[in-house]
Amino acid sequence: MPYLLTEEVYQVVNHDGKVVGQAPDLPGEDLIGLYRWMVLGREFSDRMLALQRQGRTGTFAPLRGQEASIGIAAPLQQEDWLMGSYREILAYFVKGVPLLSIMEDYSGYISANYPAEVRCLPMQIVLATQILHGVGLAMAMKYDGKPSVAVTVCGDGASSEGDFNEALNFAGVYKAPAIIVVQNNGWAISTPRHKQSATERIAHRGPGFGVPAYLVDGNDVLAVYKVMAECAARARAGNGPSLVEMITYRMGPHTTADDPRKYRPDEELEIWQQRDPLARYRRFLLDADMMTDVEDEQLHEDVVAEIQAAVEAMESLPPPDLNQHFDCIFAEPTPQLEQQRTEMLAEIGYAKS
Amino acid sequence: MTQNGNREITYLEAVREGLILEMRQDPEVFLLGEDIGIYGGAFGVTRGMLEEFGPERIRDTPISEAAIAGAATGAALMGMRPIMEIMFMDFLTISMNQLVNQAAKIRFMFGGKASIPMVVRAPAGSGTGAAAQHSQSLEAWFIHTPGIKVVAPATAADAKGLLISAIRDNNPVIFMEHKLLYRTKGDVAEELYAIPLGKADVKREGSDLTIVAYSIMVPRALEAAEQLAEEGINIEVVDLRTLKPLDEKTIIRSVSKTGRVLIAHEAPRTGGFGGELAAVIAGSEAFDYLDAPIRRLAGRDIPIPYNRTLERSTVPQVEDIVAAARTLAQEGR
Ligand SMILES: Cc1ncc(C[n+]2csc(CCOP(=O)(O)OP(=O)(O)O)c2C)c(N)n1
Ligand SMILES: [Mg+2]
Repeated sequence: MPYLLTEEVYQVVNHDGKVVGQAPDLPGEDLIGLYRWMVLGREFSDRMLALQRQGRTGTFAPLRGQEASIGIAAPLQQEDWLMGSYREILAYFVKGVPLLSIMEDYSGYISANYPAEVRCLPMQIVLATQILHGVGLAMAMKYDGKPSVAVTVCGDGASSEGDFNEALNFAGVYKAPAIIVVQNNGWAISTPRHKQSATERIAHRGPGFGVPAYLVDGNDVLAVYKVMAECAARARAGNGPSLVEMITYRMGPHTTADDPRKYRPDEELEIWQQRDPLARYRRFLLDADMMTDVEDEQLHEDVVAEIQAAVEAMESLPPPDLNQHFDCIFAEPTPQLEQQRTEMLAEIGYAKS
Repeated sequence: MTQNGNREITYLEAVREGLILEMRQDPEVFLLGEDIGIYGGAFGVTRGMLEEFGPERIRDTPISEAAIAGAATGAALMGMRPIMEIMFMDFLTISMNQLVNQAAKIRFMFGGKASIPMVVRAPAGSGTGAAAQHSQSLEAWFIHTPGIKVVAPATAADAKGLLISAIRDNNPVIFMEHKLLYRTKGDVAEELYAIPLGKADVKREGSDLTIVAYSIMVPRALEAAEQLAEEGINIEVVDLRTLKPLDEKTIIRSVSKTGRVLIAHEAPRTGGFGGELAAVIAGSEAFDYLDAPIRRLAGRDIPIPYNRTLERSTVPQVEDIVAAARTLAQEGR
């Protein structure tokens, strides 16, 4: 099982696609299911990037290279909570948020299709904030006697925030059923990991707060799955929180507004391209005779069609209902807000419905 | 080149030039912030500065806004002149204890024996599609804190000169840079010069009505004034430049002359600085000259929406200023 608090990075399938650990005990179709999510993540991210370039959607943070992050969400249950940042879209899909809802977010809609029961808080932009929310949620679930888990995800850069460290401390003190995941993708915009913290491993913070920590190859979906499943089981059994550091790499720009060539050596990218999580897992499935090239092609076609359908649905939506925003400020609008609503809608030529 | 060695440069370039010139002649001045080195900052203000000043004076920091503000405060206590860049003004919320309870109060708590000569450079404001947590104008929080000065330049020339004064000031100064102003151009002298804090500037003279504005509202007020001039309405635009300490005299003099005043800012109306300005005017001798009620234009009391139509409509635009000023010019006649 995963190595707790060691220097070794836990792997099931190594960089060369060789099996070096015990794969999780999942039926073949589930293993293919993981692969399909990863393909969807890559295709979706590439499509959003293209849409942004064409002016068809807003600023977007690509997730290319971090597709194994589905392993964060895949072992979770419906009752569990997930809170991520802008780069955890794929984990959100796995948890049940529809593609269309995420696309609506990026186009300024309040999505009518965002299902509350999937238990994902909206993706967080103010770094590390969601980790405290996650710990609070976990404390509430524990108080309610529910055997559920709250999973929060942030980046290596976000781990420098006070919020991150205070969340770990709270999680430890209250033995909260929380899993705090750091997707260490090497960079925080232009700031490399080693300038973010003098520690070799972010996972080392865990023991400092009395929180068991795991170091896992974040490009190895099976390893991520196993670590997350173990942490979740521990939390459900009442044994408290864990910290998981996933070693991965942001292959693309920080966002569509960024050009990484300004600060990042090409050679580094080349090294990580060799460790591509998608290629590695594909190799694993082909070698294990669980998938053929033809099936893979078909799977890609299906995924692309699914994304295309979401794009079309998105682009055929009527303009957003501008009235909604005023309802989202207080539980019940104040008289001043009602007046401002009337003024504003009159100004933009939109009749209050 | 225009007259006296001035050139046309952008507001962003003017801020950078101010930083560079002051750093060249004062070794105690240094910068710290997120991605300000090789990246040049989120908006490119510090681009190229790492090459000239090196990583000790252009310090990329971990993503820790509380630490940035607290470490700057500590360095300032040692007599250095730190300039911290916050990536978006919204993230000053994370620095608040250090700024409000510490930087602003250390001089007081130490019986006047310590000073905190630091500058907080804060890109502020909406209009870039950056939504509710990257678009705020939080000046009122700082104006409301004794011990902190607040500067909000509207032009390239003012940005450079006021920045120099802010750096030389022996108190913490919040220096607001509106994101939409970064690309605006103006005539700026090449040499090092300082514009004193606490002095407003009449950006346009007029006799019918005064618009009191700062930051992005200044160019909008000037454009509105141009449009209304064609209708025969003659508007005076007072650019506050420094919000604290406030140049009350210039405001009172202008309002006493015109008898009508419209106050414009982007931040939400309720609890906004406009209320304070109105109270200053109402409590002064200008009150006797008022021919109409003091009017305010401000942001609506909602977070800045991501939707572009709503975002635009949330804060006063040129057409809103035109409409409000036109109405006010007729009031009480
Ligand atoms: C509190 C806060 N400070 C600064 C920012 C600006 N910012 C957005 S993303 C980012 C880098 C984050 O890096 P990391 O946590 O490693 O996540 P990654 O983007 O690599 O997934 C920064 C500094 C922010 N959004 N919130
Ligand atoms: Mg990162």
